[in-house]
Amino acid sequence: MDWGSIFTNAAVSLIGVQTVIYALAGIGLNVQFGYAGLLNFGQAAFAAIGAYGIATMVAIAGLPLWLGVVVGVVGAGLFALVLGVPTLRLRADYLAIATIAAAEIVRLLLRSSSLREYTGGSGGVNGFSGDFYALNPFSPGTYGFGPWRFSERTTWVLLVAWVLIAVCCLVVWLLMRSPWGRVLKGIREDEDAVRSLGKNVYAYKMQALVIGGVIGALAGFVSALASGSVQADLYGTPFTFFIYTVLLLGGAARVLGPVVGAMIFWAVLSLTDNVLAQMIQGGYMPTWLMTDTQAGQVRFMLVGLALMLLMIFRPQGIFGDRRELAIDAR
Amino acid sequence: MPADQPAGATATSAATSAGAHAAHAAAGDAPRRAAAAAALRDVPRVPGAPKPDPILVADGVVRRFGGLTAVDVAHVEVQRGAITALIGPNGAGKTTFFNLLTGFDKPDEGDWTFDGQPLGGVAAHKVARRGMVRTFQLTKALSRLTVLENMRLGAVGQRGESLVKALFAPLWRDQETANTERAHELLSRFKLDAKAADFAGSLSGGQRKLLEMARALMTGPKMVMLDEPMAGVNPALTQSLLGHVKDLREEGMTVLFVEHDMDMVRDISDWVIVMAQGRVVAEGTPDDVMADPAVIDAYLGGHHDAPLDAEDEERQLAEVDAEVEQEFAADDAAHARTGTAGDTAAPHRAPGTTTDTEGSAR
Repeated sequence: MDWGSIFTNAAVSLIGVQTVIYALAGIGLNVQFGYAGLLNFGQAAFAAIGAYGIATMVAIAGLPLWLGVVVGVVGAGLFALVLGVPTLRLRADYLAIATIAAAEIVRLLLRSSSLREYTGGSGGVNGFSGDFYALNPFSPGTYGFGPWRFSERTTWVLLVAWVLIAVCCLVVWLLMRSPWGRVLKGIREDEDAVRSLGKNVYAYKMQALVIGGVIGALAGFVSALASGSVQADLYGTPFTFFIYTVLLLGGAARVLGPVVGAMIFWAVLSLTDNVLAQMIQGGYMPTWLMTDTQAGQVRFMLVGLALMLLMIFRPQGIFGDRRELAIDAR
Repeated sequence: MPADQPAGATATSAATSAGAHAAHAAAGDAPRRAAAAAALRDVPRVPGAPKPDPILVADGVVRRFGGLTAVDVAHVEVQRGAITALIGPNGAGKTTFFNLLTGFDKPDEGDWTFDGQPLGGVAAHKVARRGMVRTFQLTKALSRLTVLENMRLGAVGQRGESLVKALFAPLWRDQETANTERAHELLSRFKLDAKAADFAGSLSGGQRKLLEMARALMTGPKMVMLDEPMAGVNPALTQSLLGHVKDLREEGMTVLFVEHDMDMVRDISDWVIVMAQGRVVAEGTPDDVMADPAVIDAYLGGHHDAPLDAEDEERQLAEVDAEVEQEFAADDAAHARTGTAGDTAAPHRAPGTTTDTEGSAR
């Protein structure tokens, strides 16, 4: 078995394109779920709105990239408002139902054949990332050191994405140490208590939903620009659930929780994938047990198992505070 | 008039009478208590009585849940600077009325003013900002926030609570320091200063009640609404909580509280409003109210669960005997009925009757 390539691949996954997308989406979800306790099960839709904002504005409307970014951000904010207005006054579970349904509606609309003219149907849109790569300061070649060596395009994407992650983490940190963040955490614990202290709970929940959604749209931008194409089915419910996995893995309500969670999630996924593949190729794995094609599914099973073990032995996530879990929240 | 006291009041515990005694001794340095008593002296003891200086006036407040009218308060006034108790049997609508007044529920009809301004239909958080702050029957400590953070959250008008200003710490740091100082003062008053850095979820039930009250005071209220402040609190802490409630009055705040413990009501309240089946059925000073037949009726109604006096106790014992007897004679309905009839007429024969019935049944 080629352990060198196994670990190289895992190391690349630690900071790779998938990781940054999930880290960004996770930071957004952390604001909503981790701090404000909002059960947003539609984070995939916010990313989709960001991705399609760029794709349709640039490739179909022929507008400049920055306008696509504006459309994506404003679109995600409006989507949050539309979701929030009817549901944020109600109990927490209504938001969960509304968001998961709305996310599916968004995905189905984006892939519907009747809107093919605007969104490219199920095939999606491509040919919109030219402007972005035109800004690439790296000349063609390979950049990096050790196991981390990337093409100039990937280097550019990762640079932009990690800068975005750093900025988002900074903003989240600044907000959560402030009285504003305190109100949000109070709402997570008991919104009636916070209301009785004179805080407009509804407005705070709405702000959290919008901020988290806009950060989700940033994840969509990175996702779209990195691959140079968008497809609605990428933004289905599994995307949202993986974001939750990433968040819980790293530790909810911790600034760096989703970032570390995404790094671990994708590194472990890459590790199991490569180890299984190499075992099958090297003949260490009997074929009656597992074939090459089955390995792709088995790795998710193993990740699921790892998550269960994590929840049993370290339920607070990597960064969580065990003392918090000792408290019965209600 | 001890003989006329309703059920709860007869079970006077040693601890509470000691507390009442202390309160009497301290009457000299409790000028607001005397002032409140003087102001309420000439108020008629009738439901909806007008007060000399009401801070809260409610008119025709009705709340229905389907076919059930939970609250139907024609008129009620709460005197400023006094401690008013809201009592009544379970299901009388006390908490629902609280929820309505504080904006946590919306009435079907009715209006009320607070400090001269209309407050009907105002959202809960705005009610709190106007100076009417409440606590909850089921204590709402924000578990995964520290005690100090719970307190800081209570401060009103915080610049750092606006999204944009929150990002720039210099804009709110001074205010935060001042709030923290005030929080520490209140915490030490409530003997929670040693717990400041602990998660609120790690506090005991009684400490949570204290924290909730202290946190409410962080808002700088004019009127404090306490929903069963003593529920589930041990007797030692009860005394300290009572003291804190009295302190509120001495600081010029108005207190309206819901409570079941009659000793406590008698000890601290200047005025008592009694609710039953959604209506205000009586008002008066604690002693007046507890002597009021309407109140005894409201509490005991058709269900005399606890004896009022020796005679009543005997009668109730006889009733219990009759029930036991009925069970024994279940296979002979006619005999059981005779037994019950005889029992009301001559209670002491009831046990004997039971044996008779048993014998004849066999």
